[in-house]
Amino acid sequence: MSRVRVLVGTRKGAFILTADGKRKQWDVSGPHFAGWEIYHVKGSPADPNRLYASQSSGWFGQVIQRSCDGGKTWETPGGGVTKLPDGTPAGESNKFVYDTSPDTGNPLTTHQWYDGTQHPWEFKRVWHLEPSLTDPDTVYAGVEDAALFRTSDGGNTWQELAGLRGHGTGPKWQPGAGGMCLHTILLDPSDPRRMHVAISAAGAFRTDDAGKTWRPINRGLHSQFIPDPTAEVGHCVHRIALHPSRPNVLFMQKHWDVMRSDDAGDSWREVSGNLPTDFGFVIDVHAHEPETIYVVPIKSDSEHYVPDGKLRVYRSRAGGNEWEALTQGLPQRDCYVNVLRDAMAVDSLDACGVYFGTTGGQVYLSADAGDNWAPIVRDLPAVLSVEVQTLR
Amino acid sequence: MIRVVLPPHLRTLAHVRGEVMLDVPGRVTRGSVLDALEAKYPMLRGTIRDHVTQQRRPFLRFFACERAVSHGPPDAPLPDAVVQGTEPFVILGAIAGG
Repeated sequence: MSRVRVLVGTRKGAFILTADGKRKQWDVSGPHFAGWEIYHVKGSPADPNRLYASQSSGWFGQVIQRSCDGGKTWETPGGGVTKLPDGTPAGESNKFVYDTSPDTGNPLTTHQWYDGTQHPWEFKRVWHLEPSLTDPDTVYAGVEDAALFRTSDGGNTWQELAGLRGHGTGPKWQPGAGGMCLHTILLDPSDPRRMHVAISAAGAFRTDDAGKTWRPINRGLHSQFIPDPTAEVGHCVHRIALHPSRPNVLFMQKHWDVMRSDDAGDSWREVSGNLPTDFGFVIDVHAHEPETIYVVPIKSDSEHYVPDGKLRVYRSRAGGNEWEALTQGLPQRDCYVNVLRDAMAVDSLDACGVYFGTTGGQVYLSADAGDNWAPIVRDLPAVLSVEVQTLR
Repeated sequence: MIRVVLPPHLRTLAHVRGEVMLDVPGRVTRGSVLDALEAKYPMLRGTIRDHVTQQRRPFLRFFACERAVSHGPPDAPLPDAVVQGTEPFVILGAIAGG
């Protein structure tokens, strides 16, 4: 029988929620890495028991954790007392060093700071881990300050794909209120050379040669908060999603505006339609219906909670523009939580399960594609990320 | 043997309880103690000092014999009591936040 495993990152540790395919009875394990911020936990599509977690702290910096048994036990890759051939310890799994070599593109040392001056790139943390679709030892990491790294040895060592920062627009990127983070990494299942990433506040970018070269894909975006609202870069993209059967169709939740592209990001059009507000963070696609998408509208960029005290997921079955509020089982008064950009996911069971976590510590599930909701847990630390594995 | 007291989160990360005991070859300095610590517990590399610059992480401080030893040169000798193992070298996290 199928099972689901929900990987939850929070401000104070990671939690793993498991259930059978009925999704009624849940086991909760955790907190793993108690007291640390867990920005993201994700499993390998090629080996579901291989998990990676981004563990960080203002005191101790970044740590990468790896599990080979579905989260029962964890290790810091390369963290044992092994040595490299030259005798030095092999523990470099948390070493994210920007590539400034002249051999790999255009060494880039500054980006735009809040005040418009140039500022050096400074590594802070890993926001998002995206395991390869085919190799459990290969993982991409989106980091703050924005850059893309890759490991091909299971997390022991990380190398920057420097073509992204070096393609030319990097000096114009600037941090949003939450920092300058690369938070979205989408791998195209039909073309291993194609990948999309998104950066706050720079925009969306695409590579068609496995990460060597990149270009901005922000045509059609309109952002009132930048001097040129239709600039090539500078847009605060919050999240992008795609359905694996139609990888050229992208859905975006921007700072304001919900957007859609039917040409792999070459152009975008707004599909906010009748949403009560088009500010928000998450966006995701139904596992079996590529035109069914979900967002959670948030009141505004200065009031990061749901409008009117009501927690409502909005679903469009038309790929945008026409939205319906999903409220059954969700609090409809006195609710002032946020749902952060990596905190929604779907399972691929026959009746698609939709999951999201809130800054109030609840993880909600709808086992019927959004019609009815119930909390799996409701008193965790603030939820930063939710991922789901469907285990056959 | 040099005794080192780690903050609780780093003890968890290094899978140790209580104090850490280290063999430190040569002169016992802040730098050589941290080198020996990271060699024995590679998972701590980058959590106390930056990988590249070797600068102390801002929210951490070092103490020996109830004296702050965070700001002096890394190759300055530590007190005899630390060298002899009667006092520990303490790595302390700032108390901040909630």
